[in-house]
Amino acid sequence: MQAAPAAPLATPWAVELDDATVAFRLADARVYTAVERARLSVAHGEFVAIVGPTGCGKSTLLNVAAGLLKPAAGTVRIFNEPLTGLNRQAGYLFQADALFPWKTAVDNVAIGLEISGASRAEAHAAAQKWLTLVGLGAFAGRYPHMLSGGQRKRVALAQVLIRNPKILLMDEPFGPLDAQTRQIMGNLLLDLWTADRKAVLFVTHDLEEAIALADRVVIMSAGPQSRIIGDWRVPLPRPRDIFEIRLEKEFHTLHREIWSVLKDEVLKGYAQSTGETSAV
Amino acid sequence: MSKIRLLSLQLLVAVVMIGLWQLLTTVPIFGRLLLPPFFFSNPVDVGSQIVAWFSSGVIWKHLAITLWESILAFAIGSLGGVLFGFWFARQPTVAAVFDPYVKMANALPRVVLAPIFTLWLGLGIWSKVALGVTLVFFIVFFNVYQGVREVSGTVLANGRMLGMNERQLMRHVYWPSALSWMFSSLHTSVGFAVVGAVVGEYLGSAAGLGYLIQQAEGVFDVAGVFAGMFVLSAFVILIDLGVTVVERRLLVWRPDAAHQRV
Ligand SMILES: Nc1ncnc2c1ncn2[C@@H]1O[C@H](COP(=O)(O)OP(=O)(O)O)[C@@H](O)[C@H]1O
Ligand SMILES: [Mg+2]
Repeated sequence: MQAAPAAPLATPWAVELDDATVAFRLADARVYTAVERARLSVAHGEFVAIVGPTGCGKSTLLNVAAGLLKPAAGTVRIFNEPLTGLNRQAGYLFQADALFPWKTAVDNVAIGLEISGASRAEAHAAAQKWLTLVGLGAFAGRYPHMLSGGQRKRVALAQVLIRNPKILLMDEPFGPLDAQTRQIMGNLLLDLWTADRKAVLFVTHDLEEAIALADRVVIMSAGPQSRIIGDWRVPLPRPRDIFEIRLEKEFHTLHREIWSVLKDEVLKGYAQSTGETSAV
Repeated sequence: MSKIRLLSLQLLVAVVMIGLWQLLTTVPIFGRLLLPPFFFSNPVDVGSQIVAWFSSGVIWKHLAITLWESILAFAIGSLGGVLFGFWFARQPTVAAVFDPYVKMANALPRVVLAPIFTLWLGLGIWSKVALGVTLVFFIVFFNVYQGVREVSGTVLANGRMLGMNERQLMRHVYWPSALSWMFSSLHTSVGFAVVGAVVGEYLGSAAGLGYLIQQAEGVFDVAGVFAGMFVLSAFVILIDLGVTVVERRLLVWRPDAAHQRV
C-alpha cells in the first residue's frame, strides 16, 4: 500500500518481465506452456508495442504484467518492486468490452475515482472533463449499448486514464474498429500520451499500427512456448501523425525488416492453429 | 400493423367470443341450447354480477386482500431469494452441499403445502403469503444465483484493475448483475405471487378473489365463478402493466429493454 518515494533515476524500468514462463493447466490435466522465458522491459514513459500471431500469448503477457496471472516461473518487477497480487500502478484497457453495462458513460468513467474515496460531485466533474478530452462530452448520459464500438473504446480509455496510472496496458484496444476509426483513435492516444508520458505496453496484431505508435516494437513467436524473438527501436520522430507517418521511407524500411521475421511466425501460427484442430 | 388496426382486431376477437357465448347459451339451435346456462352461464349474467360487485363495493375488500397477500409474498420471497442467491453464488461449498435439497424443494408441487401452511399459520393471510413465498423465492433465487455467477470475467477483471475491493465489487458489479437477472424474471415472479395468494384463498380462507370464486363454486353459481375469473384476469393484467413500467425504469441500460421502448 505504501507509496514508495522512489528516486526516478534509480528505477529506469516501469515494467520488467524476467524470464517469465506462463503455463495453463488444461481440462485433461495436461499443461500448456503458452509463453516461455519472456524477457521484456519497458522504461518510464516508453511506448512499447507487442506484435505476434493470434494465440501466441500477447494477452497472457499483459495479464502477467497486470498481476491478473501469476507466471509459473520467472519474476515480474514493477518500478523495481517484485509484483505480488494486482499491479496497482497499472491501468488496463481490455481486448473485450469491459465497461459496466449498467452505468452511464460518465458513471463508468467516474467509478475509478469514486471507489478511491472522491466525492460523487468531484468524480463526476473529472469524468465529464475526461469524456470531453476523448471527444464524448455530449454522450455522458448514454449507456454502453447506446454507443458505437469506437465510442465505447473512448469511454474505456477515459475510464482507465482518469486514475492516472503510471503504466498503461492495452490489449488490441482498436482491434474491432474499422480502419479510419483506428487511425483517429491512434492519434487520440498519441495526443493523450504526449501530454503525460506513461509507460505503455500496447498489444496489437497490426504491425503498421505498432510501428506508427511505438518507440519499440517487440515480436513474439507463434505458440506454444512462445518467446520474444525480436526487439526493434522505431527511429521515427515525434510528434507523429499516424496518417502521415505511413508514407515515410523509414517506416517502410522498418516495416519490411520486421515483417520478414514476423511473416514466418504468422504462417507457423496459422499452420498450428489449423493443425491443432485436425490433431484433436 | 398499425396500433389502431391491431387494437380493433383484438376487440373484434373479444366481441365475437362474447357474442358466440351469448348466442349459444340463450338461442336454441335445432331445438336445444348447445351450452346449457347451468354450466356456462351467459355474458349478461356474468357482466351484471361484476357490476353488482363493484356497485355494492364488496369486491374492493377482496381485491385489497389478494393484492396485499401478493405484495407480501413477492416482497418476502424476493428478499429471501436475493439473500440466498447471493450467499450460494459466493460460497460454492454451501451451494454444493445444499444443491440436492434446493432441487428437491423446488420440484415439490406447492399446492400440497397449502394444508400444512393453513395448519401452521391459520386461515388468515399468512398461510396464503407463505404459499406465494415458496413460489417467488425459487424464481428469484435461481435468477440471482445465475446473475452473480455469470458476471463477465472481463468486467470483473476491469473492476479489480480499477481498484475495487471485494465490497466494492459486490456493490458495483455483482449486485447490479444479479438485480438485472432478477428484474428480467419480474413478470414471472409477480405472477406467481398472485397465483400463490389466489390458490391459497381458494383452498381455505374467509376473503380474497380465490375465496370469492370458491364460494360461488360451492353453490353452483357459475356466473359468480366466471365473474371472479374475469376480475382476477383484469387484476393480473393491471399488475403486469405496473411491472412493465417499473421494469422499463430499472433496466434502461439493457439493450432489449430499451428497444421495447421504441
Ligand atoms: N485460461 C486458459 N487456459 C488454457 N489455455 C489458455 C488460457 N488462456 C489462454 N490460453 C492459451 O494460451 C495461448 C495464448 O493466449 P492469448 O494470450 O490469449 O493469445 P493472444 O496472443 O491472441 O492474445 C493460446 O493458445 C490460448 O489458447
Ligand atoms: Mg489476445
